[in-house]
Amino acid sequence: MNSIPLEYFLLVAALLFVIGAVGFLLRRNLLVLLMSIELMLNATNLTLVAYNRFRPENHAGQIFAFFVIAVAAAEAAVGLAIVLAFFRVRRTIRSDDADLLRN
Amino acid sequence: MPATVFLALAALTLVSAGIVAFSKNIIYSTLGLLGTFLGIAGLYVTLSADFLSAVQILVYVGGTLTLILFAVMLTARIDKMKVSNPSGGIVPAFVLVALLLVALGTVAAQTAWPSEARPVMPSTAKLGHAFLGEYLLPFELGSIVLLGAMIGSVVLARRAVKRSWEKG
Repeated sequence: MNSIPLEYFLLVAALLFVIGAVGFLLRRNLLVLLMSIELMLNATNLTLVAYNRFRPENHAGQIFAFFVIAVAAAEAAVGLAIVLAFFRVRRTIRSDDADLLRN
Repeated sequence: MPATVFLALAALTLVSAGIVAFSKNIIYSTLGLLGTFLGIAGLYVTLSADFLSAVQILVYVGGTLTLILFAVMLTARIDKMKVSNPSGGIVPAFVLVALLLVALGTVAAQTAWPSEARPVMPSTAKLGHAFLGEYLLPFELGSIVLLGAMIGSVVLARRAVKRSWEKG
């Protein structure tokens, strides 16, 4: 039925994670940083579900992916609220401008 | 046939992810995020995780993406956005991430994974039983986390308005 080996799913997930990591490290827009975090969490979920496909006895991988999704939703809500509050104070969403504690 | 579907979904996922991470226009980034979420949901279907695929679309496309779009509309000056900070950090970032990719790829390629997949079985009923049986405590803790996040984001995002009956 499923002729795709596990390695390919892992490779796609690794590439997705790396793209998210590059975005997180390079970009200076807070919203894009949050989106990159979502990319990395999705890559992790893909890995978990791929493992689950090959060891489906008690669906532990899918259940773990559910908890990751729940925590990611909470993280997105709080993160966006923080971005909004930051924008109210500084009128910008560049992460370089979050330097109130630096000087 | 499965190979074609897999390749198409993987290409959709990765190209959209590239748009998210590297596009100069934040609207394009958000739309790329939509493509990534849909591609991941399709990959879940090919992995016979039907219920998780529906949850992915409901939560991410219906919830998270809408939230991000609201934040984009509320904050961003869409026209002028620089891709990266020119003052440094690009080369170390790429070296670090390339090393990570090499490590992950090596592990994925060299480990002896089980070669044949198990027969497909429906997952929804088993997931429901697991959530209300073995994983009941984490399930309830997750709902508390979501409640806390909801209250916290409302508190963080509201305008600090002083009512007439408040002092100070």
